Amino acid sequence: MGANMTGDSPILQIRIHGRGGQGVVTAAEMLSIAAFEQGRYAQAFPSFGSERTGAPVVAFCRIDDKPIRLREPILAPDVLIVQDAHLLQQIDVFLGLKPDGHVLINSRKSAEEMGLGEMAARLPAGHLVTLPATEIAMKHLHRPLPNAVLLGGFAAMTGMISLEAVVHAIGHKFKGEVAARNIAAATEAHALLAAAKEAGA
Amino acid sequence: MTQPIKFYQTGTFTVGNRLLPEGQRSVQSSEARDNSLNSGHRACQGCGEALGARYVVDAAMRATDGQLIAANATGCLEVFSTPYPETSWQLPWLHSLFGNAAAVGSGIAAALKVKALKAGQGQATTRVIAQGGDGGTTDIGFGCLSGMFERNDDVLYICYDNEGYMNTGVQRSSATPPAARTATTQPLGPEPGAEFGKGKNVPLIAVAHEIPYVATATVADLHDLEAKVEKAMRLHGARYLHVFVPCPLGWGAASCDTIRLARLARETGLFPVFEAENGEITSVTKIRRPVPVDEYLRLQKRFAHLFGAGGHPETIARIQAMADKNIKRFGLLAEESAA
Amino acid sequence: MIKQTEGSQAVAEAVALCRPEVICAYPISPQTHIVEGLGALVKAGDLAPCEFLNVESEFAAMSVAIGSSAAGARTYTATASQGLLFMVEAVYNASGLGLPIVMTVANRAIGAPINIWNDHSDSMSQRDCGWIQLFAESNQEALDLHIQAFKLAEEMSMPVMVCMDGFILTHAYEQVDMPDQAQVDAFLPPYEPRQVLDPAEPVSIGAMVGPEAFMEVRYLAHAKQTMALDRIPEIAAEFKEAFGRDAGGLVRGYRIEDAETIVVALGSVVGTLEETIDTMRAEGVKIGVLSIRCFRPFPMAAVRAALARTARVVVLEKSFAVGLGGIVSTDVRLAMVRIHVRGYTVVAGLGGRPITQDSLLRVLRLAVADELKNLTFLDLDWDIVNRHLAREAATRRSGPIAENLLRDIGSGARPTTAGKAQP
Repeated sequence: MGANMTGDSPILQIRIHGRGGQGVVTAAEMLSIAAFEQGRYAQAFPSFGSERTGAPVVAFCRIDDKPIRLREPILAPDVLIVQDAHLLQQIDVFLGLKPDGHVLINSRKSAEEMGLGEMAARLPAGHLVTLPATEIAMKHLHRPLPNAVLLGGFAAMTGMISLEAVVHAIGHKFKGEVAARNIAAATEAHALLAAAKEAGA
Repeated sequence: MTQPIKFYQTGTFTVGNRLLPEGQRSVQSSEARDNSLNSGHRACQGCGEALGARYVVDAAMRATDGQLIAANATGCLEVFSTPYPETSWQLPWLHSLFGNAAAVGSGIAAALKVKALKAGQGQATTRVIAQGGDGGTTDIGFGCLSGMFERNDDVLYICYDNEGYMNTGVQRSSATPPAARTATTQPLGPEPGAEFGKGKNVPLIAVAHEIPYVATATVADLHDLEAKVEKAMRLHGARYLHVFVPCPLGWGAASCDTIRLARLARETGLFPVFEAENGEITSVTKIRRPVPVDEYLRLQKRFAHLFGAGGHPETIARIQAMADKNIKRFGLLAEESAA
Repeated sequence: MIKQTEGSQAVAEAVALCRPEVICAYPISPQTHIVEGLGALVKAGDLAPCEFLNVESEFAAMSVAIGSSAAGARTYTATASQGLLFMVEAVYNASGLGLPIVMTVANRAIGAPINIWNDHSDSMSQRDCGWIQLFAESNQEALDLHIQAFKLAEEMSMPVMVCMDGFILTHAYEQVDMPDQAQVDAFLPPYEPRQVLDPAEPVSIGAMVGPEAFMEVRYLAHAKQTMALDRIPEIAAEFKEAFGRDAGGLVRGYRIEDAETIVVALGSVVGTLEETIDTMRAEGVKIGVLSIRCFRPFPMAAVRAALARTARVVVLEKSFAVGLGGIVSTDVRLAMVRIHVRGYTVVAGLGGRPITQDSLLRVLRLAVADELKNLTFLDLDWDIVNRHLAREAATRRSGPIAENLLRDIGSGARPTTAGKAQP
């Protein structure tokens, strides 16, 4: 269990970057449902751009133990999830990241291969992780939709939510075969990063 | 075997009530008549719209056994019938705005449908009409009208077409004919009056929506008008009735010529009278003896600049060509006259 | 039932629990999810009998609503921004005729320049249209206000606009407590119209009224809104009794009892303000926030009572009267006549500009020190403004303003949240 799961923990702020059509907003919404499932207050909201496929999209999720009144965009995230690594060349996705924050990037490459060695070194060990989410999604869903996969990875990486809560949230958003495939994909991602964490520890 | 009588009475253009079978006679005044648009309203002498509305609404009342609600656009009909604190309407009647009578009708129909379902009925027994002038129909209310048509809402929309904005002081609408003088198409310059090549044919646009029923009529043939209303009320879905109603004030015509002008508009071919069902024209009212357009135009001061010294015979010829085109397009000539 | 859901979906479900009989829908962001949700409920037969009309414009939406309400049906629609403006003629007509339509306005800016993001320009443009205007602070309050709105509208025979911040609330997933059908049925009686189009009792509605009675008709609308000032808190109290939640009413104060500075605001920004006020309180600043939950009728007495003992008032508003300044401020100042209070207006969040705690702290600290200008634009980039003014001074054909500013900023050169501002 992560450090933030106990009683009077501070508010947890997650920012998700991706592109229109990748399910960025849905990812934030599923995250809020997962947190709600674990008895916490959660708020998910999009960055409100035009709904065009391929355009850079940002979505936010706040998780807290008390009702959330704050409605500003997340400027200093505890967690960054990047659904499309190409965005790193376009926008400063790391803007405002807390010094002890977590970063999860959808990529087959390692942080070093992506030229993020310096960034990884500045963060605590194991706080910048890459996950081949698109490949896992293609395997299970036959479509490049990495959002649920990354949530499984996020659960393993941070321990801030459980895989069970992620599975529940996926079941809330998707039905039948699609839900089952997303759950399988998220579970594989969770296992992958949990093993990596084990190995690193 | 009795032979149908053809009422071709030389010297008159009409058939007296007394020559018709009982059932086909118009009843101007009787205890039994609904008088939905009651006397005492403020319409001008010879108002074609008042006459048309009285016959349309009464026919609809008869067809629905009095279970009728009307939505009314802003315009002469609304203003002359409901000067506060009086009303001429003997049926539930709602005036909202100039451009929304069709949508208001849709809303009433939707409410009645839900009420009927709640009462365990499949279909509402109370029916809806919406009505307005040509400005409120062909111009400002056109969007709402087209929306009501395409949704096939259960409303009969009636346009009383007097070819201009009469309530505001005789300005041009998209139903104003070419060459007509209005306050915004003055008889000045090389092409006096309203310009050729403009305006729109809303009855045909209604046909293009493939709604259950579209018909045109004039106040010169009240039996035909009543029959079309009755037919429309037997059907469900969106229906459109376009009634030609001369305006003595706006046209500069004598009040006693309203019926005559309406008849001439039909007999010249300028106003084709037809019916269409589900996008197909199903009947046209034939012209027994086509009348030259100048007989019709001459009676109206709005066309006075076309006549006399400094007149525009070439313009009259263009209007005649429009009439001829209508006659050809709609097949308006009766066989005996074509022969 | 407590659940995690989207604001629009929560409102759609709450409206459905009110058993509307006619719903008119026309798409405009950010209101669309609400009518989509309702459309799905009708299509699935979960909300029946109910007529769901896909109309051709917002003008038609309100016009259909007028017809159905006059025919005695409980009627709902939703809109935003340009859509509200497009239906304005019918909006005034609905209130003039006294038809109890309930409409959600998912608050959004008005163009030009076209902008889909949140501010209060749309609702504020209709503040004098004769509708009751309620503002929601959260999604819970938005759904609660809709249930109250039908009751209020039908009792008063007056339309009600429920205003909720577009995207910030409509598109936010958060926890809401959704009442059940029995609870709502017990709270909201079936609609009994004061006037109805009924062949059994024919009436004419919408007659022309001349100078002899027009003033009286208008005054009666005002008298009814004045009566609503009493009824709105009563309905909020009845709601609390039935549902156990505080929602609606006229105003709500947060830490205002001993406050020397009170910030007045409407809608979802109140939450961010409460966080900011807690920060300042921790620093020893006596400051509070007053949320105006009912903007029309304007709760003059309640606002006056709340502000009577404070030293300064800062009105923070997401609306702006060009050539004057604040819109809410003007009404608040009227409530403060002959009370010796220093007043400031902060225009914030226009067109979706984020209102951040950092920026709020900066202007509120200046206000507390009485160093704030009377009219302040939160996070306004003066460099861009001044560069454009210089361009206009130098060149006759200086070009379109919005495009010039965008070129000036450079695409993607700076996130919209940047605090490069000076108050």
